[in-house]
Amino acid sequence: MAEFLIGLGLPGWLAWSIAALVSAVLLLNVIAGGALVFIWAERKIAARIQDRLGPTRTGGRFGWLQSLADGIKLLAKEDLMPEGADGLLFRLAPYVSFCASFCAFIALPFAFDVVGQRLNVAVFFVVAVLGLEVFGVILAGYASASKWSLFGAMREAAQVVSYEVPLGMCVVVPVMLAGTMDLVTIGEKQAGWMSNWYLFHDPFTFVIFWVYVTCAVASVNRAPFDLAEAESELVAGFHTEYSGLRWSFFFMAEYGSMFLVSALAAVLFLGGWNGPVPVAQLVGLSEGTGDSAAYFVRLLGLGNLIAKATLGVLLMMWIRWTLPRLRIDQVMTTCLKYCTPIAAVMFAGAMFWQLFLPGGLLPGWSRPAGEIREGWLEGPGGLPAAHPTTSGHNVGVAATDPSDSSGLATRSPR
Amino acid sequence: MTGMLAMDISSLTDVIVPTLATTFRPAPILAALPVAGVNWHSVLFLLFAALACGFAVAVVAADNVVRMALYLVFSLGATAGLFFLAGAEFIGAMQLMIYVGGTLVLLVFGVMLTAQAPLVAIKASSSDRTLAAVAGASLLALLLTAAFSVDAWMAPGSEVVPAPSATPLGMALIGVRVDTPPPGSPAGGRAGYMLPFEIVSVHLLVVLVGAAYLARAKRRKTPRAIDAVASAMPVEPVVASTASGVASGRPAGGAKSALVGGGR
Repeated sequence: MAEFLIGLGLPGWLAWSIAALVSAVLLLNVIAGGALVFIWAERKIAARIQDRLGPTRTGGRFGWLQSLADGIKLLAKEDLMPEGADGLLFRLAPYVSFCASFCAFIALPFAFDVVGQRLNVAVFFVVAVLGLEVFGVILAGYASASKWSLFGAMREAAQVVSYEVPLGMCVVVPVMLAGTMDLVTIGEKQAGWMSNWYLFHDPFTFVIFWVYVTCAVASVNRAPFDLAEAESELVAGFHTEYSGLRWSFFFMAEYGSMFLVSALAAVLFLGGWNGPVPVAQLVGLSEGTGDSAAYFVRLLGLGNLIAKATLGVLLMMWIRWTLPRLRIDQVMTTCLKYCTPIAAVMFAGAMFWQLFLPGGLLPGWSRPAGEIREGWLEGPGGLPAAHPTTSGHNVGVAATDPSDSSGLATRSPR
Repeated sequence: MTGMLAMDISSLTDVIVPTLATTFRPAPILAALPVAGVNWHSVLFLLFAALACGFAVAVVAADNVVRMALYLVFSLGATAGLFFLAGAEFIGAMQLMIYVGGTLVLLVFGVMLTAQAPLVAIKASSSDRTLAAVAGASLLALLLTAAFSVDAWMAPGSEVVPAPSATPLGMALIGVRVDTPPPGSPAGGRAGYMLPFEIVSVHLLVVLVGAAYLARAKRRKTPRAIDAVASAMPVEPVVASTASGVASGRPAGGAKSALVGGGR
C-alpha cells in the first residue's frame, strides 16, 4: 500500500504514515465491529440455549441493532469512581487491557500477506502480548479499592500465569511442523485440501488442538474459567466498580482476545485462510494470474479466516452457556494435572511422528512435509533462498515486499 | 470463465492506476514541508528512548509499590519498542515475555503487600537517596564512557540491515552456527551454544523440582505446629515461654512457641 502511495507521488514519510494509519484503523474496526456483532450473537445464543428469544425488538425481527443501543446506553452512563480508588490506575486499567488485545492483532495475518506487520516471530509475539492483557485486570482489581475486584484480579493472575505454560506447548507443535514461527508461512504450509490442515496432520495434533481450545478459553478468561468475574461469588469480579465507557473497553478487550485466540487457532491448526476445498485453485485462479486475481484470492482467504475465527468464538459461547463454572482448585487441576502433561506427551508424539512418518500413513497421500523451510540451507552460499512455495502459489506476490503495510520498523526512511 | 473476468479487471486497473498517478500529484506541495527531510527512524528512536528513561525515573520517584511496578512495565515495554525499531523482533518479543511478564509477578506481590496500610507509601530516607544517586550516577558515567568509546556507534548507521530471523539463534543453541561470520573474524572457533544451553536447562529443571519439593514437603511430613509445641513443652503455658523466648534471645524451642503464641 505504501508503494502504491509513493507511486501516486506522495513523499515516503507521508505514505508510510498513511499506510500505518489505515492498517491500525482497520484492525481497530475488527475489534470494535467484532465486539458489536459478537455481543449480539452472545445474547441470541445464550437466549436460545436457555429456551428464550433474546433481543427481538431493536432493529427489526432479530434485534440486530441491540448492541448499538447498548453502546449508546453505555455512552450515556455516568462515569463513577470509588472514593478510595487510585485514580490514575483506575483510569488507565481499561486502556492497558485494550491496548494489549489490540497490539496482538498487529502480527495476525488475515489472508496471505494481509497482515499489519509480518513478523518472523509472529507466534511468539502474539502469545507474549496476549499475556500482557492480565495487567489491565490486575490494575483494575487493585485500583478499585474493593474486595471483590481484588479477589477477581488475584484469581485471574494465578490462572493466566499457569495457563500460559500448556498454551505455549500447544502453540509450539505447529511451529515445529512448519519449521518457522512466521504465521504467514505456517498458514501457507496448509494450503490445498482440508487434509493438509495441521489438525489432521497426525493423531497427536488432533488431540493437542483440543488442549489448545481449553487453554485458550482459560487464557481469555471465559466461562467455565471466568473466575475473575464470577458473578455469583464476586458480584462482577475485577470490573465491579467500572461503568460506562471504561467498562465497555474491558468488554471490547475480552471479545477482541476471543477473536484473536480463535484466529490463531485457525491459522495454526485449521489451515488459516485456506478453505476446506481449494476453490480458487480449482477454477484456475491463483495469486500469479494477475493483480486483481491475487486480490480476489486474498479476499476469499479473508472470508475463510474470519468465518473460521467466528466459528471459534461461537464455540466459546456455546461452551460458556453449557458448562458450569469450575472452582479455583479445579481450574488449577485442569491446567497442571491434565493440560500440561497431555500437551507435553502430544508434543513428543508429534515430534516422533514428524521424524518417522513425515509423509503420513498412506504412501500415496502426498503432503508437502520434510523439507527445510526457512531457506537458510537451501540458498547458495548461506544466503536465504526464495520464500518456499507450495503449488506455485505466490509467484506474483513474491516480488512485492512482504511487510508492506506499516513497515516503519526495519527500513531506513526515504 | 472466472479467470477471464479476472484478467479483464486486472487490465482495467492497469489503465486506471497510472491515470490516477498522473492526474493526482500532490508531491511538490508536500515535499516543501519542513518535515519531509526528517529522519523518522531517529525520531521514533528518541521517542521510545525518552519514554523508557522517563518511566525509569518515574519508578524511582513514585512511592507506591503498584505504581512503581506499572512504571517499570512501561519502561520495559518502551525498551521492547526500541528492539522492534531496530528490527530485532525476537529480542523484542523476548523482552515482552520475560521482563514485562516477570514484572507481573512483582505487581502481584505489590498488590498483596499493599493490602496493609504501612506499605502503601514507601518513603526513602535522604541517606538512601544520596547513596542511590551516587551509585546510579557512577554506573551511568561508566556506561556512557564505554558507549561513546565504541567508534562504530558514533556514526549514524545508513545501510539497511536485513532483519535476522530466529532460526540462526535456535540453530546456534543446538550447536550449529548457520549465520555468516562478520568480516575479519577468524573462521575457527565459531562453536554453538549447546553446552551452556544444556547446563542452563538442567539448572532450571533442578530449581523447578526443588521448588515443587519445598512447596509440598511440609504439608505432608510435619504434624500441625500446635501439636509439636504441645509435645515439646507439656507443662509451661504459651505466654510464659514467649516471655522467656524474648528475654533469652530465643532458643530453638522458645522461638517456635513464640511464633505460635504470636500468631494467635
